[in-house]
Amino acid sequence: MQASLKQQQTQPDTTWKLRLQEWWFRNRALIGFAFIFPWFAGFIIFDAAPFIYNLYLSFTDYQIGTVGVPPWIGLENYIEIFTDDKLFGKSMYNTVYYLGFSVPLRLIFAFLIALILNLRVRGMELYRTLFYVPSVVPLVAATVIFAGFLNTRYGFLNQFLVLIGVTPVRWLSSPDAIKPSLILISLWGFGGQMIIFLAGLQSIPDDLYEAAAIDGGTGWHRLIYITIPLMTPTIFFNLLLGLIGGFQIFEQVFILLDTNGGPLQAGLVYMLHVYNKAFRDFEFGYSAALSVILFLIIFVLTLMVVYTSNRWVFYGDAQDDES
Amino acid sequence: MIEDPRTKMVRHIIIYAILTTGAIVMMVPLFWTVSTSLKTRDKITIRRLELIPDPVAWENYPYLFEVRPIMQYTRNTMIIVVASLFGAWVPCTLAGYAFARIPFPGRNIFFAILLATMMLPYVVRLIPLFLFFDEIGWTRTFGPLILPRVLGHNAFYIFLYRQFFRGIPEDIYDSARIDGCSEFGVWWRIFMPMSRPVLAAVSIFAFSFAWNDFLNPLIYVGSNKELWTLALGLNALQGFEGEDNSLNLIMVFSMLMIIPMLVVFYFGQKHLISGVTAQGSLKG
Repeated sequence: MQASLKQQQTQPDTTWKLRLQEWWFRNRALIGFAFIFPWFAGFIIFDAAPFIYNLYLSFTDYQIGTVGVPPWIGLENYIEIFTDDKLFGKSMYNTVYYLGFSVPLRLIFAFLIALILNLRVRGMELYRTLFYVPSVVPLVAATVIFAGFLNTRYGFLNQFLVLIGVTPVRWLSSPDAIKPSLILISLWGFGGQMIIFLAGLQSIPDDLYEAAAIDGGTGWHRLIYITIPLMTPTIFFNLLLGLIGGFQIFEQVFILLDTNGGPLQAGLVYMLHVYNKAFRDFEFGYSAALSVILFLIIFVLTLMVVYTSNRWVFYGDAQDDES
Repeated sequence: MIEDPRTKMVRHIIIYAILTTGAIVMMVPLFWTVSTSLKTRDKITIRRLELIPDPVAWENYPYLFEVRPIMQYTRNTMIIVVASLFGAWVPCTLAGYAFARIPFPGRNIFFAILLATMMLPYVVRLIPLFLFFDEIGWTRTFGPLILPRVLGHNAFYIFLYRQFFRGIPEDIYDSARIDGCSEFGVWWRIFMPMSRPVLAAVSIFAFSFAWNDFLNPLIYVGSNKELWTLALGLNALQGFEGEDNSLNLIMVFSMLMIIPMLVVFYFGQKHLISGVTAQGSLKG
């Protein structure tokens, strides 16, 4: 009695299931599209359309009072940027100065500390955590902490300098010290890259080192011929991300300094110039042109790094051929 | 290799000297933050180094909640965090799954588009997006902060999922399909439970990006104090009664923003590295 009842219940269930299965299989393409649809809709609304419209805006004179279609002015915005806009050169110089120091220094610190942490002596996990924690601090918090830390009179750094008999520095109010201060703040967060390097170092197979040791290789040889070549993809990846991120530095400057970028505009970075033009002066067309230039720089930079990487980045294919 | 014990000891001393010096330098700003957050108002304007606060002003913490709507900031921030996590868990995993496992026409082209958008800096979309949201009357609301996140508009997360899903053995997928599991069923019953490392890693990213976001809240809700997030509130506190006088409260607020991040990273640390690197996503 019970068995037959059960059969009655499962019989239609399986055919329903079979039919659904068939339907799933026939419509796999449709399901695939359905699954990527939210992303694709987002791509159109938040990536493609704004990107194209931004390009269009950069050829117009779109300002706060503009009603209807913004007037087309051709290359005028770009001509003004390159011939008339003193702040363009200034902000570009400041940005390149900042990333020229902060990006390589971060990479070097992160790589060296990761190398030492990878030596696997006692207590490494504690040190790893201590180096990593600052990079977890939210950017806004890190920035206001350093605003206090570098405060001329009440900040730690100057009070410490006085204690050891060094002349204090006006870190955030003297034009010469602003960019070094920004670089200092960015260095505080090298832990994120260090963790990535450490993961990379730990994934290098031990037998490579053992083989080197049998061949009589010293620690230095291991570093030069095994560790660094195997780490080049990770170094390359971090360099690229560092440069792209460095060009877009904004929050730190916006929070630490006034909208002019501090005294003598020594901290006026490129993104702050873009922000000011759009959201302070409401010259949206002009600001769009500035953003297009930044995009082109990042784009060319990406292509350059990707292109040249073939020469010095080791992806491990050669190793597979040999074995 | 057998090392001479004396050179080994010298080596260890050098290693620990470097690490300890480095760690102290890295920790000083944080230690100073904690110490300043516990100083009384007249102590913060003393021009002499004083690392241990005396007296210890615990009352700074409840006092900040009195003078600033911290709970409201937190609630607003959490709304963005939740939207972000939803996007990271549902639409992003589905898209990552489709890119990894469902053969549909044009998949490679769509994936190339996805990769290209990862290199598209936000600055070239900033102004049109602002004008668009302004046009539909969404500025001064949470709409612009929530909609992209709920849709899972993040190519990086989808990329991470796709890399991870591709690493899950084909056999499991095939046998589930033969047993009559639907695409949705395979995603929900097999891929999601197996993907805990990458889910944890992406969740940490989603949380921390939402928690840290400053530019978007600034542009869209900066002029609407009701909707300020913690990041905006902290920035505004800088101008409170002259910066120098409220240094201790600024540090209290900073601690409130730091502690949840530390908790999240502490519990997610293990997954963070394995989720991102285990399937070779960093190695291509």
